[in-house]
Amino acid sequence: MAIRSEATGSLSDPMTPRIFVVERFRRELHDTFTLELTPGPGMAPIVYRPGQFNMLYAMGVGEAPISISGDPAQTGQLIHTIRSVGAVTEALGRLRSGDALGLRGPYGRPWPVEAAAGNDVLIIAGGIGLAPLRPAIYCLLAERHRYGRVALLYGARSPREILYRRQLERWRARFDIEVEVTVDRAAPEWRGSVGVVTTLLPRVQFDPDHTTVMICGPEVMMRHVARDLIQRGVAEEQIHLSMERNMKCAIGFCGHCQYGPKFICRDGPVFDFHSIGGLFGVREI
Amino acid sequence: MKAERIESILATHPFFEGLAAEHLAVVADCATSVRFAAGEKIFHEGEEAQSFYLIRHGRVAIDTHAPQRGGLTVQTIGEGEILGWSWMTPPYRWRFDARAVDLVRAIALDGRCLREKCEADHDLGYELLKRLTLVIVRRLEATRLQLLDIYGHQV
Ligand SMILES: Cc1cc2nc3c(=O)[nH]c(=O)nc-3n(C[C@H](O)[C@H](O)[C@H](O)COP(=O)(O)OP(=O)(O)OC[C@H]3O[C@@H](n4cnc5c(N)ncnc54)[C@H](O)[C@@H]3O)c2cc1C
Ligand code: FES
Repeated sequence: MAIRSEATGSLSDPMTPRIFVVERFRRELHDTFTLELTPGPGMAPIVYRPGQFNMLYAMGVGEAPISISGDPAQTGQLIHTIRSVGAVTEALGRLRSGDALGLRGPYGRPWPVEAAAGNDVLIIAGGIGLAPLRPAIYCLLAERHRYGRVALLYGARSPREILYRRQLERWRARFDIEVEVTVDRAAPEWRGSVGVVTTLLPRVQFDPDHTTVMICGPEVMMRHVARDLIQRGVAEEQIHLSMERNMKCAIGFCGHCQYGPKFICRDGPVFDFHSIGGLFGVREI
Repeated sequence: MKAERIESILATHPFFEGLAAEHLAVVADCATSVRFAAGEKIFHEGEEAQSFYLIRHGRVAIDTHAPQRGGLTVQTIGEGEILGWSWMTPPYRWRFDARAVDLVRAIALDGRCLREKCEADHDLGYELLKRLTLVIVRRLEATRLQLLDIYGHQV
């Protein structure tokens, strides 16, 4: 079946991956790496919005949904940061410069970067969850004058497991974004904060009536952060989360990613808390 | 530091926000301004818990020692937060070490003095207990989340 891709405007079979080539492989953490991809010969570059994901196909192994984690303004370059947890992500981790992979996308509802204009913006990430949020941060900073206060709160397991460390340092050196990092455990040499990411919330200033929040991380973390924000007066509609579920088709056909009445691939992965709050934390949906 | 000055500092610290003026004056009787250099120990595990600190500036690390793992920081506490509640309940001994990560300025409240004031004025005692309980509950919740090791095994 041929459909028109929203992003590229091209006619293609949505289940057939396009070939992309690994331009660069970069190790980020012991179990996490970044692939910089370029379109294979004759393939158009991908235009995407922050928060969208691609289905990456490791040849002969399988596909996994992976968020795009680069700068949407850099159209020629597609960046994915991946944590090795199973067959597909481990196979992707064995790719090196010049190797090919299959790619379908971009898919999914993006972060509400446009709708946040005029508001304070809180970006709250845990672990690998910083990767799907990075495109949103690039967009916010590219048009910084359109937003009120902007703060990034990031929680990692330990100082060794802080993703994009150099970039966090560069952002922190700017005067127009507040960056707070905390880890769950550390040796006494660590000079930063220790404690879960929720402990950073009281440290940042924002106007609860005019704040947009974007959260990505383990579900239990997102649940606690959302609860604390609601307690501080932020409306559920202003709290946006990126949800993860296993996927197969990624285009709303197979039902594999169903979450209550929603399909994560088609209705998400970014949802506002108001629309999924009722399902959140319910076991075995 | 003058008593009125300490009272106004106490009034602006989030922990005492909204506390009645007469209670602030009583608490200020037990307060002194203190400062710790980066790296300086504020208290040691096992020592008598004499004080309760309102952090005004800087960051304090709560450290412990685990066999084979050496020193471990389990939490940090920053500006606007409080440090220590072992002064409140017997045996009045610290359970952890506390260390200034950077320059720390704080108000130290004498634990024994506070206990006496709370015994003499139960309204003040109840008010302090409510505020402390809220902090303890929030820290307990945060600790539970920390124990889940959520980034190790995404849940
Ligand atoms: C919209 C969306 C965006 C995503 N973006 C990213 C991204 O940017 N980077 C990234 O690394 N991952 C991302 N993921 C998660 C990724 O798709 C899964 O980790 C995927 O299951 C990996 O496939 P696999 O075959 O390697 O592992 P699987 O065979 O699917 O899983 C192997 C084992 O790992 C466990 N597991 C599965 N997922 C995770 C996880 N997330 N963390 C820890 N253990 C897990 C499983 O329970 C299983 O035991 C995203 C998921 C979705 C839905
Ligand atoms: S993955 Fe098939 S419906 Fe979402």
